[in-house]
Amino acid sequence: MADPVVEAVARAVRNAPASGAEPGLMHWRRAMVWAAVAAVLIAAPQVFNQGFAVSMLSQMGIAIIFALSYNMLLGQTGMLSFGHAVYFGLGAFFAAHALNAIGAGSLHWPVSLLPLVGAAAGLAFGLVFGYVTTKHSGTPFAMISLGIAEMVAACSLMFPSFFGGEGGISTDRVVGDKVMGVDFGPGVQVYYLIAAWCFVCMILMFALTQTPLGRMANAVRDNPERVKFVGYNPTRIRFLMLALAGMFAGIAGALEVINFELITAERLGTAASGTVLLMAFIGGVGHFYGPIIGAILITFLQSALSNYTQAWLLYFGLFFLVMILFAPGGIASLVTLHKPAVQTRLLGRLALPYAGAAVAGAVLLAGLIMAVEMFYHYETKREQVGAVMSLFGQQFDTTATGPWLMAVALLVVGGVLLRLAARPIGAAWTEIAAAVNRGQGN
Amino acid sequence: MEFFLVTLLNSLSYGLLLFMLSSGLTLIFSMMGVLNFAHASFYMLGAYFAYQTSVYLGFWPALVVAPALVAVLGALTERYGLRTVHKYGHVAELLFTFGLAYIIEELVHLIWGRAPVPYRIPEILDFSAFSVFSTKYPAYRVFMMLVSVGMLGGLFLLLTRTRIGLIIQASLTHPDTVEALGHNVPRVFMGVFAGGAALAGLAGVIGGNAFVTEPGMAVSVGTIVFVVVVFGGMGSLAGAFVASLIIGAVQTFSVAFDVSLLTLFAKLGFTPDPQSAWMELWKVTIAQAAPVLPYVLMVAMLIVRPKGLMGTREG
Repeated sequence: MADPVVEAVARAVRNAPASGAEPGLMHWRRAMVWAAVAAVLIAAPQVFNQGFAVSMLSQMGIAIIFALSYNMLLGQTGMLSFGHAVYFGLGAFFAAHALNAIGAGSLHWPVSLLPLVGAAAGLAFGLVFGYVTTKHSGTPFAMISLGIAEMVAACSLMFPSFFGGEGGISTDRVVGDKVMGVDFGPGVQVYYLIAAWCFVCMILMFALTQTPLGRMANAVRDNPERVKFVGYNPTRIRFLMLALAGMFAGIAGALEVINFELITAERLGTAASGTVLLMAFIGGVGHFYGPIIGAILITFLQSALSNYTQAWLLYFGLFFLVMILFAPGGIASLVTLHKPAVQTRLLGRLALPYAGAAVAGAVLLAGLIMAVEMFYHYETKREQVGAVMSLFGQQFDTTATGPWLMAVALLVVGGVLLRLAARPIGAAWTEIAAAVNRGQGN
Repeated sequence: MEFFLVTLLNSLSYGLLLFMLSSGLTLIFSMMGVLNFAHASFYMLGAYFAYQTSVYLGFWPALVVAPALVAVLGALTERYGLRTVHKYGHVAELLFTFGLAYIIEELVHLIWGRAPVPYRIPEILDFSAFSVFSTKYPAYRVFMMLVSVGMLGGLFLLLTRTRIGLIIQASLTHPDTVEALGHNVPRVFMGVFAGGAALAGLAGVIGGNAFVTEPGMAVSVGTIVFVVVVFGGMGSLAGAFVASLIIGAVQTFSVAFDVSLLTLFAKLGFTPDPQSAWMELWKVTIAQAAPVLPYVLMVAMLIVRPKGLMGTREG
């Protein structure tokens, strides 16, 4: 029986068009892309050079490794895991203890290679837990991964000397002498360490997709029965992929320790596993670069939104639901969707309808934000600071009926406008589809 | 003996509560192939709705109102959420319920706050029903058991003895044939989803005041219910029943045992080195390990028998 979960992922991936370029040209183009990625990684902290921006860039680098490692499971092997943070967290804890040992002088190991400790821990636990979990696929695998995650999270409270209890394990990344003027004191040095690891891991994970193992993983995702027929063992392929994904997650965990100099048990809990799932899914699991987009976007939203509003988790959840309902292939699939429009040079035809939808969406969003923020204010802050709150530069009385009616009106009007705006978009797409068909006819 | 009997009764009432949750989850799973991550959130909503209703109307109306409200929410979830994402496959459906659980938790934070709400046992049931030797056994626990058993008996009769039950059972295995016979299968699905949600809501009404009504309750119970479903075998109601009672007993009994490996070693005449790094592991008592035990059981079951206790299919 082909597993439905696997089928669904496979469908999303099959819809991604294959690159039609010649092999030689493709290699050259690929080298250019990697060079561009390296240039962006190098230039980013020069452009965004404030302290919090560099710190955010570091977090993005870690999140990229983590989300890509997660997509080795979901996107490439068709395994929906709810416990990937286990490998991240355990890698981080082992790295934290190793870093403390380096600081105490009992271990001689360069800090820049600390991620190898995390990788070893992630790999080891990937082998152990992978052996148990990869006997299953599909929904049972998803539930078992959740069970394992809960088990490890519950264990973390039982062994305070390793997991540090509530406070976690703190450490100090500045140990030993400077090597060529680098001691990882300043955030920018840490960023470049993370960027280097991120670049290496990205290349390795991409290279893995081109190996026989990576190809067979795709086959396991698409049709495990046929994989068996051609003489491969799907369980073993899942097992290897999970172990390797655990290894990369461990690298990300070790980098997190270097970045924050603190690791708590909540980083290996189910909430953390949920976040990485969000990143990969919102970015798009059907494309290699999808999780990168997701990691950057979600990390940005997490730091940016949480500064502005208490309700950011709610917005986050709503964003996730909207993506599932309307763009289940993630942002990467939205990009791919527009390829025919670019090829037929009709992208301009979409501009006006999209602008209309953007206006409608903005009205709807304004109504939503207003309603949610007023609700939050009414429920949590009214008693301390009074009923009046400021939003969009305006003052609103959360106990009066007027602002509430306004929020509802914005929601309704936005919804109706969005419905209306959908029609011209549909018309534009019909035109593009017709143009594509004509092109194929010639 | 006294301790054993009281704990046994407690574990029975908890196990039955778990089955109210796992039965709905199992039904929904076998019908739609969807693992409903928001199932425990419906349980939480049941408890909160019951609390809010009991503030205005008292406990007895809440017993009806709260599950009904949760059922309506369940029906809406199926009709406008799951049915929309169904065409994208099971991953999208699973993730939809996952996102829904997330939003429900945030909304509960928003409306009722982060602290537990004072949802209490009704005064009329706040007495001791009987005593086991010297321990007085609370009547509310008995009431919980009666409600669960009554509801489960009703569910059993509904599924096996009525026309509706026959259609549901047939839709589980042969949806196309049932549709060809003129039944509205999507509506049956919606009904089952709403019914499962109502069961979870009812469990919330009677469980919320016996335990604690707080925003974390969905997560803590939800994972245990998943363990129950995997342990009992995915899609098997009988398996879910046995597993609920076993996991309920394991959770209830384990917190009461203050025994560690060190005690065992002492009985065997073996004293480990107190400086050893393993000391921390030896010192963990069963009571401390209680939160982990259900998961350990689940993993052990998966190694020995990957189908689960009574599961018929693997994967």
